[in-house]
Amino acid sequence: MTDFVQLVIAGLATGAIYALAAVGFTLLWQTSQTINFAQGEFVMLPAFFALAGMKFLGLPFPVAALAAILLSMLTLGVLFKTVIVDPLHKQGTLPLVISTIGLAILLREGVKEFYSAEAQRFPSFFPDINLGTAANRGGSGFNVSADQIGVLIVATATILLLAWFLSSTKTGRQMQATAQNPTVARILGVNVERMVMYTFLINGALAAMASLLISPIYLAKFSSGETLGLVAFVAAIVGGFNQVRGAIAGGFLIGIADNLVAAYVSSTYRQAVPLAFLVLIILVRPQGLLGRAEERAV
Amino acid sequence: MNRKLSFSLGALAIFIMLLGPMDFTPFGLPWSGLKTYPTYALTLWLVTAIAAMGVNLIVGYAGLETLAQAAFLGIGAYTSALMHRNGVPFAVCFLTAGAVCFLVGIVLGFPALRVQKHYLAFVTLAFSVFVWLVIRNEEWLTGGTESLKNVRRPVIFGISLQRPEIYYYWFVAGVTLLLAFLMWWLIRSPWGRAFTALRENPIRAESLGIDVRGYTLTAFAIGSAYGGFAGSLLGPLIGILDPNSFVLSKSLEYMLIVVAGGSGYFLGPFVGAAVAVLLPEWLRFAQDYYLIIFALLVILLMAFFPTGIVGLFERLTTRARRPHADDKGPTLGGPSLGTPSTPAGSTTVAGAKT
Amino acid sequence: MSTATAAQPVAMTSQTDGKVLEVRDISKSFGGVHAVRGVTFDVREGEILGLIGPNGSGKSTLFNCILGQLTPTSGEVLVSGRSVTGLRPSELNRLGIGRTFQLLQVFPQLTVRENLILAGQEHEGSRLKRLFGPRDAGLTANANRMIDFFRLGHLSDEKAGGLSYGQQKLLDCAMAFMAGPRLVLLDEPAGGVNLTMLGNLKERLQAINKATGATFVVIEHNMEFVMSLCTRIIVLAEGKIIAEGPPDTIRKNPEVIEAYLGH
Repeated sequence: MTDFVQLVIAGLATGAIYALAAVGFTLLWQTSQTINFAQGEFVMLPAFFALAGMKFLGLPFPVAALAAILLSMLTLGVLFKTVIVDPLHKQGTLPLVISTIGLAILLREGVKEFYSAEAQRFPSFFPDINLGTAANRGGSGFNVSADQIGVLIVATATILLLAWFLSSTKTGRQMQATAQNPTVARILGVNVERMVMYTFLINGALAAMASLLISPIYLAKFSSGETLGLVAFVAAIVGGFNQVRGAIAGGFLIGIADNLVAAYVSSTYRQAVPLAFLVLIILVRPQGLLGRAEERAV
Repeated sequence: MNRKLSFSLGALAIFIMLLGPMDFTPFGLPWSGLKTYPTYALTLWLVTAIAAMGVNLIVGYAGLETLAQAAFLGIGAYTSALMHRNGVPFAVCFLTAGAVCFLVGIVLGFPALRVQKHYLAFVTLAFSVFVWLVIRNEEWLTGGTESLKNVRRPVIFGISLQRPEIYYYWFVAGVTLLLAFLMWWLIRSPWGRAFTALRENPIRAESLGIDVRGYTLTAFAIGSAYGGFAGSLLGPLIGILDPNSFVLSKSLEYMLIVVAGGSGYFLGPFVGAAVAVLLPEWLRFAQDYYLIIFALLVILLMAFFPTGIVGLFERLTTRARRPHADDKGPTLGGPSLGTPSTPAGSTTVAGAKT
Repeated sequence: MSTATAAQPVAMTSQTDGKVLEVRDISKSFGGVHAVRGVTFDVREGEILGLIGPNGSGKSTLFNCILGQLTPTSGEVLVSGRSVTGLRPSELNRLGIGRTFQLLQVFPQLTVRENLILAGQEHEGSRLKRLFGPRDAGLTANANRMIDFFRLGHLSDEKAGGLSYGQQKLLDCAMAFMAGPRLVLLDEPAGGVNLTMLGNLKERLQAINKATGATFVVIEHNMEFVMSLCTRIIVLAEGKIIAEGPPDTIRKNPEVIEAYLGH
């Protein structure tokens, strides 16, 4: 039983990080109809911004982390929108989809060639102490690290802050209106262009947060975007696309299932958890757990 | 280009393709053909082109997105290699590889396409990861990370294709021509017309009695079968099967290959495969960065010439001959995501983002 | 006027009293918006029924519910006495029901003839025959007849995307008739079409109606066009039927005038 609780807590911690990536992905899809196949790489990259800041500029970790978040908002937010999404939207869906796929490869190979092909250790914001009853990590008894709790608190706080922003501020509500129906939002006087830009900025920030939180756990590696991206897409679909809270629920669910499967079923097939979820949800509830049923569109 | 001319050009291209790498010195001619490695590279180009033809059917003609072609190559490669190793004739192995991928395509596509077409991208993405896990973990079957060694080339009519290299090249070239002909037949048939229709306007197609779901699924399954065929040829070519040949990023590369060449154009996959396989052999100095350059090239192509290299070429040649020609290439993909080209009558479908 | 044989033409039996289409209490809401509220009407064989009403009165939604594009919230649709609610649009089409859309819906990359062949091909033979059989599914002659009938002869090998708006509208109509449907629902066929073309269109529609006895339901804003084409008219406002009758009665109906002026 204590094992189970430990696994759930670990699952909530990783799930909260998945939720960050999934929320950003959903927001982008909703407000700008951008299916970002590079979302996983977006979560991989900011950790390397921080690492590069520490290695080449000698920045202390907190400063490098902050710089990584700002740089992510600039590159993964503003640059991504103006250089890739805006010009390609005019060309239609497929060119945009292909470009984000190309971008995924570009970022992945770029990090591999220009930084390192090896997995990198990444410092944590939280002290390495065990808050549980066991004397040390791996001992019998209850193990919960400060790291897990810290990750859970920071990620959840970020999500709550975002949820508050979206539902309780004027800008947030305008963003939601844009997400639901850009045409109507424009008629209602919402500056749709600006709202879309905010969405990209928020996605950049969320990806950076996720990156800084997950890299201490799973190390920073150029190829980690594959799994992270997959989890983000599936969390968004499982939760239900027309709901930001759906993506949050999906993220937590996959995080917990991920840890439980690794411990009880098969650690080698842990990465198959998203596929299992995806198939299950498509067969049983295609609109997602919290999504509304959509009209049949042929 | 008139039909007669393009037919002659095509025949000439095939002729050069078949005989070009051959050693003519025994006949007293001053051309010693290609060495083993370049011939191998040409064969790899053809195998890649077969898989890319499948992707082109799915992406360029039916307007879907598949992110699992490398996984289908893997399924085909291991199926074929394991059967062949146990004494099954290669022809049977080859056909089984395609058939298995066709069936897997149906099983995978059916639930995904029931929801909406973009779900196929996510399902194939997740499936890619799953196939890779199976290949890597089930060592008893696939050899896992130790890889499957000594994948033999077939013996056809008593002739071993093991060496010289050009024998296997000719064999693959023959298979490629056959598969290309079948693909050409398919896209010129009423099915091909239906594929074009469901890519351009699925709602109108449906209202004309076209079973959009059925055709979409068939296109995906056939395209995936081409992946299986390519896989069946890939194992004997390389001689060793390694899980890393079938990772997700390889599947992504197939998408790039097809759109770079020109999706929806018959020759697109061949041109795209040449850019991805042959060009880096030539540009040796850039090899480490080739994937980066290729990805950049594709993004630029998408921004300025979304019809790819073949589309660009066609546009240039049409322009040169007919100054007032309209320059509409085949449109890429279906109706755009945000503003689906639904009839205004069903604007009530708004809110349901598809 | 010759038409292709539909794969399974709907039998026009007498026990349905000559009713081709019966719409029973159809409602459709989107979230809290009630677009169509309990609409009931019949369409008799061979008639040309007009469906009019102000913008947003639910006409197109009603069409989409009848044609399987949308699933009605409640109610039932019968074609020749048989319930077809919940069938997919392609299945309905193969039962002999054609349609046109409000906005242009031709396939721009295909030629005019190919567009027509496409519109007929799923009604001919089996799917396997469509793969291995002739490339035109044996429909070239039929397509050519349709091209001549709609006076598009000089354009048959042009890409549909290159045609003028009015020509595309004609092609759109021709496609709906290609498979020889018994019932055709036309959504604003006259919208944006110039006067000459309009006369041409109306006359062609009447000719088909006379020659094949095909039944039409027409949504239209052009009153002149509707009043002269249709034998009976139904007026929809805010998702409900507010009037029904021959053109002359409708023209004078105060409720109809009110509904139009009120908007």
